[in-house]
Amino acid sequence: MRAVRRNPVAYLAVLCVCLLPACSGGPAQDTEIQFWAFGSEGENVKALLPAFERQHPGVRVKLQVIPWTAAHEKLLTAYAGESTPDVCQLGNTWIPEFVTLKAIEPLEPWLRRAGLDSTSYFSGIWRTNFIEDVQYGLPWYVDTRVLFYRKDMCARAGFPTGPRTWAEWDTLCRRIVTAKGGHERYAVLLPTTEWAPPVIFGMQKGSLMLRDRNTYGDFSGAAFHAAFRFYIDFFKRGYAPAALTDVMNIYQSFGEGYFAMYITGPWNIGEFSRRLPPALQDVWMTAPLPGPDPGRPGVSLAGGSSLVLFSRSPRKELAWELIRYLSAPEQQIMFYRITGDLPARVEAWQDSALATNIYARAFFEQLKHVAPTPTIPQWEQIAMKVQDFAELAARNKMTVEESLSALDRDVDRILEKRRWMLNVR
Amino acid sequence: MFGSSRARALLIFLGPALLAISVFFFLPVLAALVMSFTDFDIYSLGDIRYARFVGFRNYLQLFNDPLFWKALGNTLYFLVVGGPLSVAVSLGAALLLHSRLVRFKPMFRFIYFMPVVTTLVAIAVVWRYVYHPRFGLLNAAMGALGFSPIDWLGDPDWAMPALIIMAVWKNFGYNMIIFIAGLQNIPASLYEAASIDGAGPVQQFFKITLPMLAPTTLFISIITMIGYFQFFAEPYVMTLGGPMNSTLSIVLLMYQQGFRWWNMGYSAALAFVLFAMILVVSVIQTRVQKQKGDLL
Repeated sequence: MRAVRRNPVAYLAVLCVCLLPACSGGPAQDTEIQFWAFGSEGENVKALLPAFERQHPGVRVKLQVIPWTAAHEKLLTAYAGESTPDVCQLGNTWIPEFVTLKAIEPLEPWLRRAGLDSTSYFSGIWRTNFIEDVQYGLPWYVDTRVLFYRKDMCARAGFPTGPRTWAEWDTLCRRIVTAKGGHERYAVLLPTTEWAPPVIFGMQKGSLMLRDRNTYGDFSGAAFHAAFRFYIDFFKRGYAPAALTDVMNIYQSFGEGYFAMYITGPWNIGEFSRRLPPALQDVWMTAPLPGPDPGRPGVSLAGGSSLVLFSRSPRKELAWELIRYLSAPEQQIMFYRITGDLPARVEAWQDSALATNIYARAFFEQLKHVAPTPTIPQWEQIAMKVQDFAELAARNKMTVEESLSALDRDVDRILEKRRWMLNVR
Repeated sequence: MFGSSRARALLIFLGPALLAISVFFFLPVLAALVMSFTDFDIYSLGDIRYARFVGFRNYLQLFNDPLFWKALGNTLYFLVVGGPLSVAVSLGAALLLHSRLVRFKPMFRFIYFMPVVTTLVAIAVVWRYVYHPRFGLLNAAMGALGFSPIDWLGDPDWAMPALIIMAVWKNFGYNMIIFIAGLQNIPASLYEAASIDGAGPVQQFFKITLPMLAPTTLFISIITMIGYFQFFAEPYVMTLGGPMNSTLSIVLLMYQQGFRWWNMGYSAALAFVLFAMILVVSVIQTRVQKQKGDLL
């Protein structure tokens, strides 16, 4: 060893010899399934994997956890570098993009063999994975937006269980902001850094947002126009603060009663329980979103993640087994217990953990009324444009009409490539 | 004979460096230039047939894009207000620390230099609290003086000043050190002669200190200018370009177009426009420096 340490060449030679077995893979190794998952889902899915490995001797799942902020870039880079995993978690809105790249596998044959179909899932969520008549992903966990509200403030204004319709919502907001006494307050928090509220209102009014096979913007259309006006009125009438930094800490402001309602997702059930002081734990509740028409519930976004099979995977059989395993109701319940992510399988909701959670009930109701955003790769870019112009209009820098026609113009430009590819003129 | 062995030696010594710089610099720059004339995007990544040569369309679109002009305006705003302010603050701090009346100089130098070596993300976290409209330190201090509170990061008119203040605070320490070095190089005899001739401190500053610091000032302003042109990290961590794109800079726009939306062609065009602007400004500054150099 002395000689080796002195002589760099000998040292390198020894190093190479040591590393060789690692390069060649070693003798009779287990089959490895490459599985990529993001953020806290990735951290937590670890706990479900040993049971899968026990059921499949000789198979190992190699999990790679990627932060959400880097996930999109990493997947595209992996695609360009031909090093995609076998199985991956994919945000619902990303699926069209990877379908366009022909990176992921149609799941129909596998689903048929496993006897799985849309009846086991929430239909709106199922449709997010259905691109141009082909099913590409299996929903893993679901996510949608509901109304979080303060029972005390809404009850004082006459709506103890939250508003059911847009008209009721408007009345409720007016009563909250005009109530005498107390401190400065708003009725709703609608952060202008979120595209979800205007888009949800548009979908509730029945707008598809795009037209002609998703090749042109349809934001100036009557349905979206009405919805957008409804959204802007929250700011115009002083129901919602137009500047976001007022409420840098949402939980603190909600606790102080600075605002009474907030449209947000399931992750905030845990956050509200953790961050609001014990004295306030009884005053908040969740409700499905109000809709524009009486007697018809308002739709919300179909969000969440699906599991997909990559086309380049050389071991699709096994990879599919992993997807099937993670989608079984028992695993879905287990995953909910660890992460708080809501299960995509409807059966899983009968489990006591979920059935007894009073805050999850609104989500279950809402999930029956969710719709996907347009399933095209450019959607996120379009959503950011919606957000930009919604902010301009909310701050009164542009009129509703001006901002919508500018939005259509920008969206048409984004979709130029799509028109060319589909030969739409 | 001599020539060929010399050529071989040149090749051996320069070859690796040239190869590396070609592969990792010239080639990508060339590829980016070609790309800026195509509409390379996410579709093209899947199938190269979906990339089209579009001539100067990206550039034309760029000049017709209100967002580009907004970003350019913001970048120039940051440059024109933040640059001179940063230099002035550095000079002021350097003069203070150079004064014979100040004690504990190393300690102050250390304190003023600290923000330069602190990561921007950590600074951003603290400054977001400083700028908080309801509980922030700054608004509390201004409230005590009778000013009404300002929504620093949420108000489109105030977001840029807020970022400028933060950037100046973070960066002045570096230039201050260079100014101190410059001040220490001014011979004390000049000041002695001046005071014998009856010049006051103000006259001494304008007639001796400033002219003697001219080369240092020029160096600092060029470096600051180039750095501020590439204004990116501050809005990226503090505001993401908002509110209402009032802090969107050219580099941030380029980043969004390229790595968020994969409009690589458009983003490449933007990069070349920025390159051209920095080149022009640098050439002008070098010219000015040369003339000044001749004068001195």
